[in-house]
Order: sequence, then structure tokens, then C-alpha cells
Amino acid sequence: MENQHAEIVAVVTMKRENVVAGGATIFIVKDPQELQITALTLEKVLDATSHEIDADTLIVVAH
Amino acid sequence: MSDYLLPVVMGVVFGFSARLLLLRTDFRQYPTYPTGQIIHLSFGFIAAFIGAVATPAVLESDWTAVTFLGLAATQFREVRKMERESLQNIDAFELVKRGIPFIEGMAQAFESRNYLVMFTALITTLCAVYSFWLGIIGGIVLLLIVKFRKSGKVLQEIADVSEGEIRFEGATLFVDDILIKNVGLADTRKIITDKAVGVIVTPRNQNGIVTLSYLGQRQAMLHHIATVLGSYLDSGEPALVPMTKRDMADGRIALFMLPSEKDFHQVRAVLEQVPILDSAIRMPKEAHKGK
Repeated sequence: MENQHAEIVAVVTMKRENVVAGGATIFIVKDPQELQITALTLEKVLDATSHEIDADTLIVVAH
Repeated sequence: MSDYLLPVVMGVVFGFSARLLLLRTDFRQYPTYPTGQIIHLSFGFIAAFIGAVATPAVLESDWTAVTFLGLAATQFREVRKMERESLQNIDAFELVKRGIPFIEGMAQAFESRNYLVMFTALITTLCAVYSFWLGIIGGIVLLLIVKFRKSGKVLQEIADVSEGEIRFEGATLFVDDILIKNVGLADTRKIITDKAVGVIVTPRNQNGIVTLSYLGQRQAMLHHIATVLGSYLDSGEPALVPMTKRDMADGRIALFMLPSEKDFHQVRAVLEQVPILDSAIRMPKEAHKGK
């Protein structure tokens, strides 16, 4: 619980123009379903958790 | 010295009985059966012996022996260190951690119990030196004191536990009106809606508010529920990790967790019996702050 540190490890988005490359890998997807599936895969692979920024963008964060 | 044989034996017997009374392997599965129990019973026996032989040593004016016994008694500080280390090593592999403050509390309890044993043995022997029956009575009285005075406070004495509704506003998870976190995946949101239990813990007064704000206390609450009721969790699933959040305005605590069985009554029953950690107890009500 103490010393919580979070880091964005990946970004999944449907709107490319909303995101600028800044360290985390960006995955461009076409529709909401693909968005969910890609984020789920990344979450399982990276042992991380997904958070919603808006309807078009999810970030995968390692805590 | 044979005059003292019976009192010393009585002291050891009562002291050892006190340790037996204080040693409970319960749902928390600690100390583990049987190896952990053997360790603690042996320590208890040594403590009882040290306490018991102290009285004859003083009565015989054998000051060398008294000094050595005092020295031996201080060795029981090691018990705390030993417990702390082993519990910390174990804790690294728990799905829901005990937390360092809880471990510290347990380690302290183990150390203090040995001193209680020593004290029981010492007083029993002292009584038994005067008369056999006085020793028996003294021993029984001490055992009763040890049995009924040992436990600290539990959560239900300082706070009320009520059910909180798990709900989502978009991707944001709430328990009643307290924000827990943002959940991005629809899949995870469904699991949480199906399986999660939300609890609101409302402290009864100012002391309770400060005590419950302590992260160690909150972690101990989560650990208790996870140990007793199990949890729907695995390593590498940070989205499902149980959490507590505090309403900063009024000090209520919201708990979010996924027990194996979604049943609030079980969660409440467990939660009400969670011990209040020594390190969490704060009493701002008693302090002078110019009001």
C-alpha cells in the first residue's frame, strides 16, 4: 500500500490524433470491441490494469 | 533447595498453562500447526521456568542467580525479532498482504505473552512458597486474568459496518458515494458487478476516525476477510485487488473486495472481529488542542 508508483506501459486508442508518442507504446484500433480485446490482452500479458481516459482511449498501467 | 521443589514445579506448571491458554491457532493459521506451536510452547516453558526459579533465588539471597535470570529474561526480545522476520518473509507471498503494522502487532503480542507467562510463574511460586493452597489459588486467579484480559479491542467497538452498493459511473467504480478507482475493461467491470462486495465502515467518534485512517489498520481488515472468506484473485490481476478508500470529509472507510462467496453477512461477521492494531490506536479526543 505504501510507496505506490504507477507507470503507463501502453496506450490503446481509436483516435490517433489524441495521443502523442511519449514513452509508452501506442496501439491504434478501429472499433470499441477491438479496443477492449487489445487492452485485455495487454493487461494479461503485462500483469497490469486498464483505465479508461475517455470512450476512445484506454491506458494500461503497471502499479 | 528441595523445600522449593514443589513451588517451582507449580510455578512452571501454571506458567506453561498460561502459554497454552494464550496460544490459539485459529482461522488465521498462525502459528502454524505443529512446528510453530512447538517453538512457542518451548519458549513458554523456558519463560515459565525463569519466572518460577526467580523467587527461590531471591529468598536464598543468591544474587548471582538473580542477575543471570534477569539477563535470560531479556533474551525474550529475540522472540519479537524472530516473529517479525518470519512473518515478513511469508507476507511477501500473500495475495492480500498482512501489512507491516499488523506483523509488528503480532510480533509484539508474542513477546508480551512470554512476559505474561514469566509473571504468572513468578507470582505462583511466590504464593506457593508460603502455602501450597495459596499457590494453587494464586495460579488459578492469574490464569483467569491472563485468559480474560489478554485481548485488545475489535473493530465493532469503534465503528459500525454496513453494506455499500457497488456501482459504476462510466468506468469509475463507487461504493455508495465513495470513489474507489477507474476500471477500463468492460470484462473486469462485469466481474466486479457480479462478485464484488462493498462495505462502508463508519467510525463512531473522532478517535475512531483517526484510527481507521491508518493504512495498516485498513490492510489488516482486508487481510482478515481474504484469509477467512477467500478471495477471487490471483497474482498478476491488479484490477481485482481489494482496496480501501477513505471519505476525507467524514472519515468513513469504503472497502471493495471480491470474496469467494458474495455474501455481505459473512463479510460483516469477519470484519467486526478484526483486532484494532496497537499502532493504529490514536486518541485525539483526549489531547489538548485549545478547543
